[in-house]
Amino acid sequence: MPSPETGADLPSALQRIPLAFRAFFRALSDPAFAARVKAPAVPAEAAPAPPPPPPAPVLKTATPDAALQLLALLQRDARLIDFVQEDLAGHSDADIGVAARVVHEGCRKVLREHFTLQPVRTEAEGTPVTLPQGFDAAAVRLTGQVVGTPPYRGSLSHRGWRVAETRLPKLAEGHDASIVAPAEVEL
Amino acid sequence: MNATRSKATTETARADAPAADARYAIGIDLGTTHSALSWVDIGASDGDRTAHGVLPVAQLTAPGAVEDQPLLPSFLYLPHADELSPGDLTLPWRADADFAVGQFARSRGATTPIRLVSSAKSWLCHPGVDRRAAILPSEAPPEVAKVSPLEASVRYLAHLRAAWNHAHPEAPFEAQNVTVTIPASFDPAARELTAEAAQAAGYPPVTLLEEPQAALYSWIAASEGRWRKAVTPGDVILVVDVGGGTSDFSLIAVVEREGNLELHRVAVGDHILLGGDNMDLALAHAVARKLAGQGTTLDAWQMRALTHASRVAKETLLGDASLASHPLVVPSRGSKLIGGSVRTELTRAELDATLLEGFFPQVEAAARPLARTRAGLAQLGLPYAQDAAVTRHLAAFLARQVGALADLPANAGRQDPDASFLHPTAVLFNGGVFKSPLLVERLRSALDAWLAAEGAPPARVLEGADLDLAVARGAAYHGYVRRGRGVRIRGGTARAYYVGVESSMPAVPGVEPPVRALCVAPFGMEEGTEAELPPEEVGLVVGEPVHFRFFGSSVRRQDQVGTVLESWAADELQELEALHATLPAEGRPAGEVVPVKLVARATEAGTLELDAVARGGGERWKVEFDVRGGAGE
Repeated sequence: MPSPETGADLPSALQRIPLAFRAFFRALSDPAFAARVKAPAVPAEAAPAPPPPPPAPVLKTATPDAALQLLALLQRDARLIDFVQEDLAGHSDADIGVAARVVHEGCRKVLREHFTLQPVRTEAEGTPVTLPQGFDAAAVRLTGQVVGTPPYRGSLSHRGWRVAETRLPKLAEGHDASIVAPAEVEL
Repeated sequence: MNATRSKATTETARADAPAADARYAIGIDLGTTHSALSWVDIGASDGDRTAHGVLPVAQLTAPGAVEDQPLLPSFLYLPHADELSPGDLTLPWRADADFAVGQFARSRGATTPIRLVSSAKSWLCHPGVDRRAAILPSEAPPEVAKVSPLEASVRYLAHLRAAWNHAHPEAPFEAQNVTVTIPASFDPAARELTAEAAQAAGYPPVTLLEEPQAALYSWIAASEGRWRKAVTPGDVILVVDVGGGTSDFSLIAVVEREGNLELHRVAVGDHILLGGDNMDLALAHAVARKLAGQGTTLDAWQMRALTHASRVAKETLLGDASLASHPLVVPSRGSKLIGGSVRTELTRAELDATLLEGFFPQVEAAARPLARTRAGLAQLGLPYAQDAAVTRHLAAFLARQVGALADLPANAGRQDPDASFLHPTAVLFNGGVFKSPLLVERLRSALDAWLAAEGAPPARVLEGADLDLAVARGAAYHGYVRRGRGVRIRGGTARAYYVGVESSMPAVPGVEPPVRALCVAPFGMEEGTEAELPPEEVGLVVGEPVHFRFFGSSVRRQDQVGTVLESWAADELQELEALHATLPAEGRPAGEVVPVKLVARATEAGTLELDAVARGGGERWKVEFDVRGGAGE
């Protein structure tokens, strides 16, 4: 409600007609509003401060160290960076397959040693599942005809993966994690 | 070296004082290739049900990166001063280390072997070298500051202690009850060195336990009491323990006494340096020979990668009998992975030829190990087994121990009196090698064929063993049962011991006087007992070190203290490290010969000690094992 002292931006006569009606009905239904209309002498400063605007959402920034660590592990055990940085053109599928074995075996080792992976849903894929009200939308993604109300009935197309435990190496203070694979010089 | 100690100091150093208020019984498996620490929470355990666990051992896995792992690889890396950045060797409990042990030591050492100490345990029991001399890594150039086999063991043990203390600040390691395992075949000098290493690593007084016994304890603990149903009085359990670097056999008899089941360890095998690592190496060499035949020669770096790949292929093929082959890839060393990698495969035929025929051939019970060097086993310095066939070593062991039940009539009565070898009725497998059901089956079928040939029933396999961690778990459980909480395996010394005395025949110039063997410790001396004084005296020279030849026998059960052997069969007595003693002058003229008797004592800690006792028994001097390698021969 604009205060009487404010000269600028006053409502026009046409705007004042619906406003008067709204004030009439609100005074009728809202005793607190009626009290403020009844005592116009109350200084404007005493009016409750407008609620603060909702804070802007803060997005987390992941620290690069853990990502670099994982990259270093995937390079050390699986040669992942070597593999992905190469241009596949000019290599036969057989040669790529040979290298893929190294990458697959190594990645598997890294996942096994550093993460405990569990499926989100234990049902077999392709079987019907029912999601009750309040299911965890972060853990289960709905697709297709997403309409209606819970419980939702559908078919499990992917079981999902959940990391139950993460075991990354602890790093010494001052360790440069950005070297994900040191150069090697044989003496 | 501490040449002479009075009995009083000896007993203080070896006092059997497992801390009475210890909260945990800790078991340490100090292995050739891996070490582990297991524990039993004494207060939280009740009878057959124990609260137990394995310590995740914090260790370096890469420069500056520390991770918890269930096993600590028994490797020590001695880096060059410029090799790593400051802080790269930082552990949660120390920042100033100039060496690394564990996984990082092993992986870094694979590319720089001149700075890597491996198989320290095999060196610790190598009679040909000085175990207290800085000789490792054996191939290191002079610039590298070498360490002794003893010191390397101290560092592994100290790392485990520090890792425990870091994880359990509320229960200091030094106040717990600690058991350290050793191969059953360790001779008295190697046992003594292990106890010494534990002491130097800041351990409280430890108890030594034989690894095959630890494996059986682990099986008992895991059964939570059901073991009493799984074995019956009269059973003879064969423990076959094939670790990364050694093979170890023991026989344990099940005896009923006053209504209770008792376990008696009646025999142990000889020291055989032969294990899973030899098998991986042999496979890699077989594959490398095939590649060489196709025109691809591998360098040392690729050879190590091939060994790793062969191990994975071996485990896959051994785990699934339906697979005919498994591909092997040796990745390129440079960043060009595609096109630069070498691909081959390990076929089942190759696996069978190398592993099953090479290490587990189906031989007769009368087969004996061959004394010839095999390709793929030789490594500078260590006396690896000349015959790789585990089954032949086992056949020889069982035949040697055909009389092992002589002191247990109830068990002996169940054996065929005409048997050519001791017939086990049950078998317990231990060691990572036996994760493969195929290898278990292979060894079992050889054993069953021997038994069937003599009309004996097949041996039952005791199921449910945890192959990687059984020794550490069993050691912790042993610490728990030592407090009277469960069945204890009785054993005593697994050998009789003899001192060489020169015969009194007149000296013939140019001919070494024949040596007679004087028994100083009989077979099966219980821990915590002292042997009687032998009637025969030997002479010690005042002020000069005097050496005695020393022998052990794992088959002469009947000899008593004072028995003198004029001659013996070649495989009856084995010469061990020499003994030496130095008499301090103490009021005697130097050079005087003092007649003494040698008396042996089996300590509660599991070591053997010898004292020289002067006439009248008033004075005693400690007799030391000569661990300097070759002295006295």
